[in-house]
Amino acid sequence: MDVFSDPANLQLYIDGFLMILKLTGASTLLALVLGLLLAACRVSPVPVLRAFGAGWVHLFRNTPLTLVILFCFFGLYSAVGVEFSDDLHINNYWLAVTGLSAYTAAFVCEAIRSGINTVPLGQAEAARALGLTFTQNLRLIILPQAMRSVVAPLGSIVIALTKNATIAGVIGVPEASNSMKTLIEARGDQTIAIFAVFALTFVALLVPVGYGFSALANRLMVRR
Amino acid sequence: MSHEPLIVLDAVNKWFGDLHVLRDVSLTVDRGEVVVVIGPSGSGKSTLCRAVNRLETINSGTIRFDGKELPAEGRSLAKLRSEVGMVFQSFNLFAHMSILDNVMLGPVKVRGESKAVARERALALLDRVGIANQADKLPVQLSGGQQQRVAIARALAMQPKAMLFDEPTSALDPEMVGEVLEVMTSLAKEGMTMIVVTHEMGFARAAADRVAFMADGQLVEQAPPAEFFGNPKSERARDFLSKVLQH
Repeated sequence: MDVFSDPANLQLYIDGFLMILKLTGASTLLALVLGLLLAACRVSPVPVLRAFGAGWVHLFRNTPLTLVILFCFFGLYSAVGVEFSDDLHINNYWLAVTGLSAYTAAFVCEAIRSGINTVPLGQAEAARALGLTFTQNLRLIILPQAMRSVVAPLGSIVIALTKNATIAGVIGVPEASNSMKTLIEARGDQTIAIFAVFALTFVALLVPVGYGFSALANRLMVRR
Repeated sequence: MSHEPLIVLDAVNKWFGDLHVLRDVSLTVDRGEVVVVIGPSGSGKSTLCRAVNRLETINSGTIRFDGKELPAEGRSLAKLRSEVGMVFQSFNLFAHMSILDNVMLGPVKVRGESKAVARERALALLDRVGIANQADKLPVQLSGGQQQRVAIARALAMQPKAMLFDEPTSALDPEMVGEVLEVMTSLAKEGMTMIVVTHEMGFARAAADRVAFMADGQLVEQAPPAEFFGNPKSERARDFLSKVLQH
């Protein structure tokens, strides 16, 4: 294990996981917002919006994430010219966040949509009978109840997203799996130990996340 | 009672697929009048009630409320619904909100009233239906009868021009039916315009100005309660009454 006693190597390990957290943080936020909007589209009375939501879900849920991330770099950036920053590293980071969010939003959308289906029809009818508009109904009655019932599945999606953030490595974002590869290339004699440390760090980060979401799900559950 | 029509259904027809659930139904309810709709299950009573605030659309005919035909959709429909209170069989209180918030929601979000004003009226209404001391609880913590009384308060908070009751006591334990009917009876006495779909014949006798009897999607006959229960004109009504009143 003396590979990590070298301060430069230790820094590589720490930076790799900090990058995973930064990718996950930004992508979680964006994916939640986008997923919520897509779910609203999918249940809206407007056919164009429904088709848009369904199209997004079918496209991103059924495309490999590696492909999505590569497209963000070679398609969005190189071919189309979408640029977030002059700094290559910052630019790559946001391109990766774009891909991760677009992909994860499809799963968030479907989780929320299944949550909407758990809300009894009578809730929406009572809201309509009071004179609430469709958007008020969704915002004040349906989504608050739907979101509470999908906290646990959203937890699984966040956990998957954290692990998926390693794919940002394919466009050169210096995240944990890139750090690991660099270390293995430098210290082939300690391959197993290096693998173990990286794997266990993921486990140590994500087990509490799983428990946290379960506890939250229990607390927020709507009792009927 | 003035004879000023508030709710007017004219030759209303509705199909669910092949099933003709409302057949040429025409019914006028005057301001301040209480019309109790009775009839066997599947006769179209609930559909009729729900059509009045367009929770059910109709296939032909017209429904006018307060002089205007029901809007098809959008904001004008939402506005119409805000003027018609509705009480459901299954209460449908918003499960994630406190009792007080349930009653305040409409006035604040639909009417744009200040929270202070809405809160004051909500508490007064909860007091009126006997639930004031439970204002901070969640719906699930209340009994069925209490939930239904809150649902009535929630509808009244909008200061509606009319109230629709769709089998309000059918989902209640027998010992809780009385408390809900009591609130409804006092509303009727105060001159609220009401359409009540129910199986409670006692309520129909005591509180109705008129009983409307439906069978197989048709409005078979309508008469003041004493006349209807004492001397039903149609064979269908006589048959129905003989089954529900013999015990």
